[in-house]
Amino acid sequence: MAQQQAQILRPETLIEEFIKNGVTHIITIPDSETNYLYELMVNEPSLDIISVSREGEAMSTALGLNIAGKVPVCLIQNTGMLESGDSIRGMALDAGFPLVMVVGYRGWTRHGVTPDTAATYTEPFLHAFNINYYLVEEDRDGDRITAAFEETRRTKRPVVVLVGDEYHGFNR
Amino acid sequence: MIEAVDIFNAFQEHRGDAIVTATGRAGRHWKNISTNPNRDIVLGGAMGHTASAAFGLAVGLPDEKVVLFDAEGSLLMSLGVIATVAGKKPENFFHILLDNESYATTGGQPVPNAEQINYAEMARGAGYASTHEFTDLEDFVTNIGSILDETGPVFVSVKIFAEVENAPIAMRVREPARSRAETIRDLRAELGISD
Repeated sequence: MAQQQAQILRPETLIEEFIKNGVTHIITIPDSETNYLYELMVNEPSLDIISVSREGEAMSTALGLNIAGKVPVCLIQNTGMLESGDSIRGMALDAGFPLVMVVGYRGWTRHGVTPDTAATYTEPFLHAFNINYYLVEEDRDGDRITAAFEETRRTKRPVVVLVGDEYHGFNR
Repeated sequence: MIEAVDIFNAFQEHRGDAIVTATGRAGRHWKNISTNPNRDIVLGGAMGHTASAAFGLAVGLPDEKVVLFDAEGSLLMSLGVIATVAGKKPENFFHILLDNESYATTGGQPVPNAEQINYAEMARGAGYASTHEFTDLEDFVTNIGSILDETGPVFVSVKIFAEVENAPIAMRVREPARSRAETIRDLRAELGISD
């Protein structure tokens, strides 16, 4: 049972990592995998939640917040990331600010067979944009989120945290 | 219809310390009219996303007035931003749309349903705190001062003449202008924001 718990990525872990790294704003479009995380974020007073209408808005909104000296995170699904290519290019990669994008890895199966093409194209997309990423699947992977923050602060380039836990912890 | 340069001149009289960003073909006039360039910022860089960047700036700087001169071609590319803005309700955000009914930069092709769209009505329906429409310069001049004293988010739609640019890209003469990175650096220095 304890081992099973350790394998579940707890949404609370993401909140703890956000607080530890001074995050001020979460720019997001909720999805079914992150609903419980959304509820936790709304109730965390140190986080200001900005619900956008389309994922491409997230990177540009983050740029405005970064200019203002804030620490935004974009929380989206891989499908929305795929739709956001030009915004990632022009508002994140070209902007020269740190930005962590937490991306739900829809379709990630861990065994190489990915019938959902959202998963098929996720990592090739990140390679094409030369964006580094960290895969987080279990609760013990939580420190990879801080690694992503450290990298983005050092490089002033966007860094992605892929949340590959679709089938476990984020739904109650 | 109004000349864009007249809109910017009228606005300048009431600008105060507002942070200003302008996009689209008409927006290029602003840098020649502004008397406070350290509070001007370039936020373009991805199609249709200047409004979101200006909105993010307003949310991040709640004690500063942020004025966006948007273009309808840009707004249409990411129209959902009006719901995003209305949902977050930044009281310091002023969204002024200069509507020339066309893609002036690419040769003047009409935007979809160019003459029939009512952007102020859309912003009102989305939930902006206040919306206004102008087709006459005198009305704009008379009202812009009090509009800038309103509680945002405020949306102002202005019909302007298109200044169509139709020369091949390589043959167009570009006026010198600060880059986005330079305007960001200068604004952050003005506001005392460091990395």
